[in-house]
Amino acid sequence: MPDGDTRNVLEVNDLSTVFQTRGGAVHAVNSVSFHVKPGELLGVVGESGSGKSVTMMSLIGLLPSPPAEVRSGEVLLDGEDLLKVSPERLRDVRGGEIGFIFQDPMTSLNPVFNVGFQIMEPIRRHMGLSKAQARERAVELLELVGIPGARARLTDYPHQFSGGMRQRVMIAIALACDPKVLIADEPTTALDVTIQAQILEIVDDLRAKLGMAIVWITHDLGVVAGIADRVMVMYGGQVVEHAPVHPLFNDPRHPYTRALLKTIPSVSGARAKKLQVIEGQPPILGAAPVACPFRDRCPLVFDRCHQQNPLREDVGAGHDVACFHPLAQTGREAVA
Amino acid sequence: MTALVKVRDLRMHFPINSGLLRRQTGAVKAVDGVSFDILEGETLGLVGESGCGKSTCGRAVLRLYDITGGTIEIDGRAIEHLSQSDLRQMRTTMQMVFQDPQASLNPRMTVGAIIGEPLLEHTNLSRAEREEQVQVLMDQVGLNRAFVNRYPHEFSGGQRQRIGIARALALNPKFIVCDEPIAALDVSIQAQVVNLLEELQDRLGLTYLFISHDLSMVRHIADRVAVMYLGKVVELAPRDALYDAPLHPYTEALLSAVPEPDPALAGQKKGRIVLQGDVPSPANPPEGCNFCTRCPRVMDVCRRIDPEFREVAPGHWAACHLHDAEYNANAGQTA
Ligand SMILES: Nc1ncnc2c1ncn2[C@@H]1O[C@H](COP(=O)(O)OP(=O)(O)OP(=O)(O)O)[C@@H](O)[C@H]1O
Ligand SMILES: Nc1ncnc2c1ncn2[C@@H]1O[C@H](COP(=O)(O)OP(=O)(O)OP(=O)(O)O)[C@@H](O)[C@H]1O
Ligand SMILES: [Mg+2]
Ligand SMILES: [Mg+2]
Repeated sequence: MPDGDTRNVLEVNDLSTVFQTRGGAVHAVNSVSFHVKPGELLGVVGESGSGKSVTMMSLIGLLPSPPAEVRSGEVLLDGEDLLKVSPERLRDVRGGEIGFIFQDPMTSLNPVFNVGFQIMEPIRRHMGLSKAQARERAVELLELVGIPGARARLTDYPHQFSGGMRQRVMIAIALACDPKVLIADEPTTALDVTIQAQILEIVDDLRAKLGMAIVWITHDLGVVAGIADRVMVMYGGQVVEHAPVHPLFNDPRHPYTRALLKTIPSVSGARAKKLQVIEGQPPILGAAPVACPFRDRCPLVFDRCHQQNPLREDVGAGHDVACFHPLAQTGREAVA
Repeated sequence: MTALVKVRDLRMHFPINSGLLRRQTGAVKAVDGVSFDILEGETLGLVGESGCGKSTCGRAVLRLYDITGGTIEIDGRAIEHLSQSDLRQMRTTMQMVFQDPQASLNPRMTVGAIIGEPLLEHTNLSRAEREEQVQVLMDQVGLNRAFVNRYPHEFSGGQRQRIGIARALALNPKFIVCDEPIAALDVSIQAQVVNLLEELQDRLGLTYLFISHDLSMVRHIADRVAVMYLGKVVELAPRDALYDAPLHPYTEALLSAVPEPDPALAGQKKGRIVLQGDVPSPANPPEGCNFCTRCPRVMDVCRRIDPEFREVAPGHWAACHLHDAEYNANAGQTA
């Protein structure tokens, strides 16, 4: 991370998003705050359904409303609140200043247009390149993400690509206009380790060269450990822990984070008979939280957790956690 | 134990049409001569780089495509030439969990209807029995019963994947092709699903083809592992043999690239083999061994002759000239 540049390129404060469905409300995002600086990479991890995707989609108006409703908060892109800007401005931001890699490539790639068109379209719109220039840039981008025979594949349609290739096309589109902020939602889930390593290298390069700020959502803790500067852990629509990468892995404080770190299998060492899981079910999110969302599955639960929702509190340099238990305040030694 | 699934020389080529008249000018050799058995009650892991043909292989084995060549036998029945209506009857025996959960779920059906659909089509259960069964399936994959009337888009990515798994399990099939079934899930739920698949296997004797790029998960779940590269299986071995002593340089490179989930260890990983060069296009594979353009231990012969896939040690198959008798000594020196 380039030192000296300490302003936040993206700052999100107190964001809450609710879905109104026939079956009642779903409080998917509850008072989420975070920030990223230029050149910095923030990793986002958390249980499936914890609100990672909905949080990021709320930032740039990607959720259809209704049913989605962003109830509160501000989303500052270089100081400009994206929740207040005009729809035209927001369209400019999307795919221009903010690149977005979707979790589900098949739904975000349009099946009736060929891949070349889908990469070239935003390049022409946001960067004002000619058709021929845009095509060259598209080939360059596909090569960058490791699609063999890139030029010949511009005229292929999404269904002719493998799962991981579609994901790489998405990455190419998101990077097309050199965004200030890249939001990557599970960008490498369908990619094998070698191509993943290649993508991570590209991302590192872009960070260093262009100062691109990156928000990287993933459930792959190995990837987070390798690339993130800071990590934010989500559970039940809230941020429950946030820390620089080293303390997060070596001195996790929230019981959910600790449980999460225990669930990873390995390619080396003894092979466990049964994989470790976090018992119990995630919360239903039917109402705004009034108690700790993790209480029903927490080994350390006590009275207070049922009565109040813990706020994020600092427990170390840049390290905060939302947990009432004294062990969350003290750290690793005391746990053993 | 007997083989439930026997695949021989399976080939699946997609035509490339170009020019104004869209004439066929070539073919993408997505799967190009793959052979393996899967024993009853066994899990065969299928790993390899993105685009190497894993999904195509899995789908071809279940005859979701009209295959280009080769033979497939499932549960004693040759299915390579079966018509779609005959295949329909086979669907209770064999099922698939798809890589792309969103694309494989009907957006206009509720989750209950999606999971219950195979029950409706292939069983005589009453409505109440069906509803009960749907709820049991939802429990099994860790989906809250309260969500039964929701639509697919109202779920997170990981939740959607579990809908697909519940649906595949509905008919108690014997053989399931799981195409990246856990890639979209967080680690704890990955573990839940993997434990579930293993439990079901113990209880019902299920057989799996488990496609994944996650080598640590495959190590956990698979009994034997096949490694694919550019349309071909390059190595196939019992799990421990493959992870402890891989015979193919490609397998070695794959294993060395797995990221370490601990920042204290990150970057210290010794002997990381970074493959040079791009994956060749399956429309235009190289002469000789498919891996010769990127192999760190390439020899002259590799650029001329495609190595035979053969049993190098008992139960351990590989397609690599390093294990040919005449190059063996040579191999020792380059290593
Ligand atoms: N359109 C919608 N209508 C109602 N509920 C929704 C909708 N979209 C998402 N949700 C709910 O919001 C919650 C958060 O979903 P989100 O997609 O953000 O999870 P996630 O953390 O990204 O999970 P994953 O890791 O599985 O992708 C989930 O409980 C989900 O069921
Ligand atoms: N319908 C199709 N038409 C043309 N080419 C196709 C088609 N389906 C797949 N391919 C090509 O076949 C090759 C293998 O694709 P496949 O989906 O089997 O890969 P994979 O190993 O599953 O990769 P991933 O890990 O990315 O999912 C790719 O080059 C892909 O572009
Ligand atoms: Mg998500
Ligand atoms: Mg695939």
